[in-house]
Amino acid sequence: MSAKTWTPKPARPAPANTVGFVGWARENLFTTKLDSALTLLCAALIIYVLDVGLGWAIVDASFSGDDRNACLKPVQGACWPFIDAKFGQFIYGRYPEMERWRVDWVFALGLLGLVPLLMPTVGFKRANVIFMLGFYPMFSFFMLTGGSFGLAAVDTSDWGGLLVTLVVAVTGIVGSLPLGILLALGRRSDLPIVRALCVGFIEIFRGVPLITVLFMASVMLPLFLPDGVNFDKLMRCLIGVALFASAYMAEVVRGGLQAIPKGQYEAAAALGLGYWKTTRLIILPQALKLVIPGIVNTFIGLFKDTTLVLIVGLFDLLGIVQLHFTDSTWATPETHITGYAFAAFVFWVFCFAMSRYSIFMEKHLSTDPNQ
Amino acid sequence: MTDPVIRISDMNKWFGTFHVLRDINLQVAAGEKIVICGPSGSGKSTLIRCLNRLEQHQEGVIEVEGVSLDGSVKNLESIRSNVGMVFQQFNLFPHMSVLENCTLAPIWVRQKTKQQAEALARQFLERVRIPDQADKYPGQLSGGQQQRVAIARALCMNPDIMLFDEPTSALDPEMIKEVLDVMVELAEDGMTMLCVTHEMGFARQVADRVIFMDEGEIVEENAPEAFFSNPQNERTKMFLSQVLSH
Ligand SMILES: Nc1ncnc2c1ncn2[C@@H]1O[C@H](COP(=O)(O)OP(=O)(O)OP(=O)(O)O)[C@@H](O)[C@H]1O
Ligand SMILES: [Mg+2]
Repeated sequence: MSAKTWTPKPARPAPANTVGFVGWARENLFTTKLDSALTLLCAALIIYVLDVGLGWAIVDASFSGDDRNACLKPVQGACWPFIDAKFGQFIYGRYPEMERWRVDWVFALGLLGLVPLLMPTVGFKRANVIFMLGFYPMFSFFMLTGGSFGLAAVDTSDWGGLLVTLVVAVTGIVGSLPLGILLALGRRSDLPIVRALCVGFIEIFRGVPLITVLFMASVMLPLFLPDGVNFDKLMRCLIGVALFASAYMAEVVRGGLQAIPKGQYEAAAALGLGYWKTTRLIILPQALKLVIPGIVNTFIGLFKDTTLVLIVGLFDLLGIVQLHFTDSTWATPETHITGYAFAAFVFWVFCFAMSRYSIFMEKHLSTDPNQ
Repeated sequence: MTDPVIRISDMNKWFGTFHVLRDINLQVAAGEKIVICGPSGSGKSTLIRCLNRLEQHQEGVIEVEGVSLDGSVKNLESIRSNVGMVFQQFNLFPHMSVLENCTLAPIWVRQKTKQQAEALARQFLERVRIPDQADKYPGQLSGGQQQRVAIARALCMNPDIMLFDEPTSALDPEMIKEVLDVMVELAEDGMTMLCVTHEMGFARQVADRVIFMDEGEIVEENAPEAFFSNPQNERTKMFLSQVLSH
C-alpha cells in the first residue's frame, strides 16, 4: 500500500474587510442596524460632551489674572486664576507659609516610600513596610505637629486642604485594613464572646452614618475620657473614620474568608500549622486576593467620605475650596464651578489611581491560568 | 511485637445525634499498611480523620504514637505534623508554587531554613517524579500531578504515619496509576499507611490488612488474600461483588 503524501494547504490572507480597523469596526461597532444607530448616537454624545467641556475648561477659560476682573468676559469659561491664587490654601490650609516645607517633606517621603512598596518587582519589602508603618508615621507626626526638635508647633486646627484629606484618608486606610481583618476573623471565631463583640461592633458602626460617628467622636468621646485628658479634634476624627471604615472592611474581608474551601483549613491543620499560622500563610493571602476589588472599593469610598469632616469643623480639600468661594476678590459666576471642578479632579485622580492599581494587582497576583 | 503506633479502642463518634462510628477497635503496628474500604457514608473518612483529630471522637481511646488524642491533648500540632494526610481533593494551596507548598510546613512548623526545606522538597518531588514542576502553581498541573505534589508535601514533614483518603477517586483513569505507583513505592519503603481506597489491585499488592466498614462499624478485617478470596460476611461479599465487577 502506498500512502498518499499530504501537504497542508497554504494559508491565504483573510478578506480585507474582516481585518484591521475596518474589520474591527464592522465586527464591533456596526454589526447590526441597532448597533450602528447606538454607535452613532454615542459618538454624537461624546463629541457634544467634549465640545462643551473643553469649551468651558480651555477655549472660554481665563488662565491668568490677579482678581475677579480676569474672569468676567461676556462668555466666560473656567476661572483658573482663582485656583492658582488659592493653590497654597487648597493644599495646606492655614498651615503657616513659613512652615509648609515640613508638609512637603512629609508628602515627598510618603511618595518615596509608597512607590517602591506598590511595585511588586522592587525588593526590600520588609524594610519598606517597617519604614512606612514604623518610621514614617512618627516622622510625619513630629514634622506636622511640631513643638519638638526645634520645630515651631502648628495646631491641627490650622491644618487644611489636601493635607487634611490625605491625613484622614491614609490613617483611615492604614487603620481600617488590619482592624477590619481582625474583626472579620473575630466574627468567624469559635469563641462566643469574641464573636459577639465583633458582630456588635460591626453592626453598630455599619448601622450609623459616618457623620454620626464623627459627631460622636468629637462630642461624645471626651465624655469617656478622664478629666484633663483631652486630645485633639483631628485625632478624634481619625479614630472615628478608622473605626467606621473597619466595620465595612470587616464585612468585605469576611466575604473573602467565606470563599476559602474547608479543605484549605484541613490541609494546613494536617501539616501541623496552628490557627494563626494557617490564617496568616494560607487563608488571608487567598481571601484578601479574592476581595481586592471590594477592599479598594471601600478605600475609595473612605477617601471621598473624608469630605464629611467639614461637619465637625475640619477643612479638608473640598471644605477649604468651598470656604474660599466667599472671598469677594474672586466673586465671579464661574468661581464655584471652577473650584468644584478642581476638587472633583483631585479626588478623581486619587480614586482612579487606586482603582487602576487594584486591577493591576489582581492580574499580578493571579496564579490561576484559567482566568 | 512492638507497641502499636496507633491504638483505637471502643471508640465512638457522633455527628450531633448521628452515630457515625460505632465501637471501633483497631491497632496498627509500625510499618503496617492498612486498606480501608466500604460503601459511601460508612464512616471511612471520619475514621481516619479522627487519627489526626480533624474530627473529634466522643467515646473510647485513640492513641497515636503513645499520645492519647482527647480534649486534654497538649501539642496537637506536633502530633499532626508527624501524621501526613493526603486528601481526595488534593487541597494544595493554590496561591503558592509547588515548591512553596512543600516547604511551607517544614519552615513554619519544623523551623527548617529555607535552603534545607527546599533541598528536602526537591528530593521528595523527585521521588514522586515531578522534579521539573517545582516552580509551577497547582492550577497549572494535571490532577495526577497535583495529587503527587500533595503526597510530596506530606512527606516533607518526615511523617511516621501517612493517611490517604481516597487519593485517586477524583482522578481520571490514566492518572490513577501514576499516583498508585508512588504510593506502592512509599509502602515498599516501610511507611506506616492507612489508606481509604477502592483500588483493590493496590490493596492486594501492598496491604497487610484490609478492613471493611459499613454503617460506622468494622465489619470484617483480614489479610488481603483471605479477604478477597474468602470473605466471611454476607455484607462484605455483596460489596466485593459490586466493586470487583467494574
Ligand atoms: N461534618 C459532618 N456533619 C454531619 N454529618 C457528617 C459530617 N461528615 C460526615 N457526615 C456523615 O457521616 C457519615 C460518614 O461520612 P464519611 O465521610 O466518613 O463516609 P465515607 O465512608 O468516607 O464515605 P465516602 O465513600 O462517600 O467518602 C455520612 O453519612 C456523612 O453524611
Ligand atoms: Mg470519604
